Amino acid sequence: MSASPKTSPPPPLGKDLVGLEPLSASQIALILDTATPFKEVSTRRIKKVPVLRGKTVVNLFFEPSTRTRLSFDFAEKRLSADTVHVASSDSSVTKGETLVDTARNLEAMQIDMVVLRHWSAGAAAFLAERIPSNVINAGDGAHEHPTQALLDLFTLRDHFGAIEGLKVCILGDILHSRVARSNIYGLAKMGAEVAVCAPRTLLPAGVEDMGARVFRRVGEAVEWADALNVLRLQLERMRGGFVPSLREYNRVFGVTQERLARAPKPLLILHPGPMNRGVEIDSAVADGPHSVILRQVTNGIAVRMAVLYLLAGGAPSAAESEAARA
Amino acid sequence: MTAVSSAVLMDGDAVERAVARMAEEIAQHVKGVEDLVLMGIQRRGVHLSDLIGRALAASGHGFVPTGTLDITFYRDDLMKIGPRPEVRETRVPPTGVDDRTVILVDDVLYTGRTVCAAMKDLTDLGRPSRILLCVLVDRGGRELPVQADVVGHSCEISPAQRIDVLVPEVDGDLGVVLSAGAPNEPVASRPPR
Amino acid sequence: MPDAGGARLWIRGGRVVDPAQGLDMRADVLVEDGRIAAVGEGLAPQGDSGGAGEGGRVLDATGLVMAPGFVDPHAHLCEPGGEHRETIASGARAAAAGGYTALCAMPSADPVVDDPAAVGFAVAAGRRAGGARVFPAAALSVGCRGEQLTEFGEVVAAGAVALAEGKAVRSTLLMRRALDYAQSFGVPVLGHCEDPWLAEGGVMHEGVVSTRLGLRGKPAVAEETGVARDVALARATGGRLHVQRVSTAAACRLLRRAKNQGVRVTAEATPHHLLLNHEALEGYGTEHKVDPPLRPAADAKALRQALANGVIDCIATDHSPRHYDEKEQAFDDAPFGVVGLETAFAVLHTELVLGGVLGLPTLIERMSPGPAGALGLPGGSLEPGRPADVVLLDPAHRWTIDPSAFLSKSRNTPFAGFRAVGRAVRTLVAGETVWSLED
Repeated sequence: MSASPKTSPPPPLGKDLVGLEPLSASQIALILDTATPFKEVSTRRIKKVPVLRGKTVVNLFFEPSTRTRLSFDFAEKRLSADTVHVASSDSSVTKGETLVDTARNLEAMQIDMVVLRHWSAGAAAFLAERIPSNVINAGDGAHEHPTQALLDLFTLRDHFGAIEGLKVCILGDILHSRVARSNIYGLAKMGAEVAVCAPRTLLPAGVEDMGARVFRRVGEAVEWADALNVLRLQLERMRGGFVPSLREYNRVFGVTQERLARAPKPLLILHPGPMNRGVEIDSAVADGPHSVILRQVTNGIAVRMAVLYLLAGGAPSAAESEAARA
Repeated sequence: MTAVSSAVLMDGDAVERAVARMAEEIAQHVKGVEDLVLMGIQRRGVHLSDLIGRALAASGHGFVPTGTLDITFYRDDLMKIGPRPEVRETRVPPTGVDDRTVILVDDVLYTGRTVCAAMKDLTDLGRPSRILLCVLVDRGGRELPVQADVVGHSCEISPAQRIDVLVPEVDGDLGVVLSAGAPNEPVASRPPR
Repeated sequence: MPDAGGARLWIRGGRVVDPAQGLDMRADVLVEDGRIAAVGEGLAPQGDSGGAGEGGRVLDATGLVMAPGFVDPHAHLCEPGGEHRETIASGARAAAAGGYTALCAMPSADPVVDDPAAVGFAVAAGRRAGGARVFPAAALSVGCRGEQLTEFGEVVAAGAVALAEGKAVRSTLLMRRALDYAQSFGVPVLGHCEDPWLAEGGVMHEGVVSTRLGLRGKPAVAEETGVARDVALARATGGRLHVQRVSTAAACRLLRRAKNQGVRVTAEATPHHLLLNHEALEGYGTEHKVDPPLRPAADAKALRQALANGVIDCIATDHSPRHYDEKEQAFDDAPFGVVGLETAFAVLHTELVLGGVLGLPTLIERMSPGPAGALGLPGGSLEPGRPADVVLLDPAHRWTIDPSAFLSKSRNTPFAGFRAVGRAVRTLVAGETVWSLED
């Protein structure tokens, strides 16, 4: 029996999710659309569907992480995957084993997917090129953190109905932030206007050339934006001399109620967490009526379930043989 | 529908007559519709369950809550197919499904695999006291021991042929079409055969 | 084809390009006892006798360019301590395969070359290598720790031709003392001119590409600041400074001004900085991870101009062999460096000479008398009486760069697959063929 002349469309995503930069707007939209039904699964009494039954997912975390790790763990478990967690403290990396050797060893144990968090930019792409398993980037150095940006996009779309035309300002340590980079790519691709606001010491070279408008003061950002994505200020940045003190940072660049009160409209407040209350964001703002910080956490699981689901798709060759058998 | 040769098995009127009769059969199956829930299987089963719900109301049996089921997560061939099928909404009515009689509604009953997946899905959503299966067309060709309780139209169709149920919301028309040619599966939420 | 050592050798029928003498003509070259005896027309015996009857041999160079052998002012040969990457012998032979007859070996071995014994080892190993001549540079400070000067007098007596730290000398005072003290021994200080604080942790050029990739950048101003400091020290001390691997337009401007003011400064640039730019880093290819980093195209262009007008005196390969699994790592973890001895002339001839940036005589000048003069090394000319260190070049030879064919033990090149036009086809050191494409 001949296969249908109508060839099946190419896989919606590639083998891996390394970043948002290589994705198209329609691919991002697909992930967001797919996340919606997955959100429902987490509200069930039995929060589990057998989508990844029998699949082994390794969460390979070379950097400490609580939120992202938990979120991926929940997503995987709610999809019925078997999950193994490898953290930097117990990984052979401390014994001098290279990333590629660690990964090849895991591969030899017949795993299906790797969720990788690594301190080095490009680590996810490096791994993805070298192992046949699906690789999901859970943050590589200051490069990208695609699932965080996807959940930010999901939350924005959920609230505003659409992302196109939105004005979103990312505030804080843009220089060291993979969340900022992924958000800049994702927002721009989805048709939003993107701005960044930070002291010049925490802005990377050429950020304007990535399509982001730059605000030097929070006041200007607040006047312009529909939503603020407030990034965590790592405390070690002060020791690195990027800002003189946390007190001054809060006073000049912190998102406070007084600053927001001067905005022409209420601004939606996002924060990827964990927050430094009283540094980059005041408690009254973080816990305020326009904060969607906890919704981001809920949405994160749904978005990660969607990514796992979409990447775990069978190989096209299997689809063809299925079609031929039909 | 652009199939090379196709025949109309049921026209719109025939479908409506069948739906009205199926609604009556459902009402006879259960003692009153108070604990009834209609769950339509994505995608055309959803529209049929709406039709049945309306028919039940029109014939004076009262309002029956309806929900939707997307069985994608429960397909037994999910890892074999690719790319990933689109996932549609699963919605349980506010009444829930616990201790209720759930009528699973689908357009075509064929291998039985969709129904099997739907029952797994349904039992993860709650514990119905009873599950009945209602389909518009039973075309035979079962691969699993599944049978429908309420059927609109029964026939034996060769595996080389395909049945398409048309609903206005998706196809712009109401009816059942039998066509020759490749029995490919245009509806993502049903397992391909 | 074995050469008659000690006897006479004619190299016949080629185009002799000897920038040091201002020669560019069809001529024969006569070699006697390992030295250039004469350059002129009609020197060689005619006919097919091969010169046997005249008491010597004839090498036919018809269609080839005869030039003084190339001199690399900057190569890392990794021995002792890194013999899996390169040895002095494999590096010297790789150099010969690239047309080099001499190179200056950096003190970056393990342990670093910072005493007379280590220098003596490098000199002896170089003599045994049977390739290009090896002239070691010694560490500027003991252990390259930037604290105490090495014994310049002792290491120079043992054969060191220059002093180099292999990284920025953090202490301005130590750099000043080195430039002062080296003057007693007539050797240059090789400067890795970079502000260590501005450059700290950088793995590529700081710019929009590093921002996109999320990699820590080294800003161009780190080099500008470093060159400005060391040029000022050279001016103040009168010491001889050779600026290693210039990568920015700003550094070129500083060097031009310094030279115009008579500061005793020379400078080198590498083929990769001249030909590639930071966009090559897209995709995190560690074969493009070099130090200083590849800069934007505008800097590479300024570098090419500076090479053409002589602000950059010479080409250096900064040949830095790396074992394949060292480069097979995440970008941050992979070491800097590329090999270059076997590809430098080919890629520069293809891109710069055939690309119309400079003429072949200028390229030869920057690869032979330029570096020889900068480091005070023998070679760099075909003047009678000089050692017969000669390279025969085939400017029309078409080939594709294949790292698996390298004589170097390492393969880390950004030019794999490069379609080159032009190649050294025979290299002679002291009149002896040390490498030939035919063999």
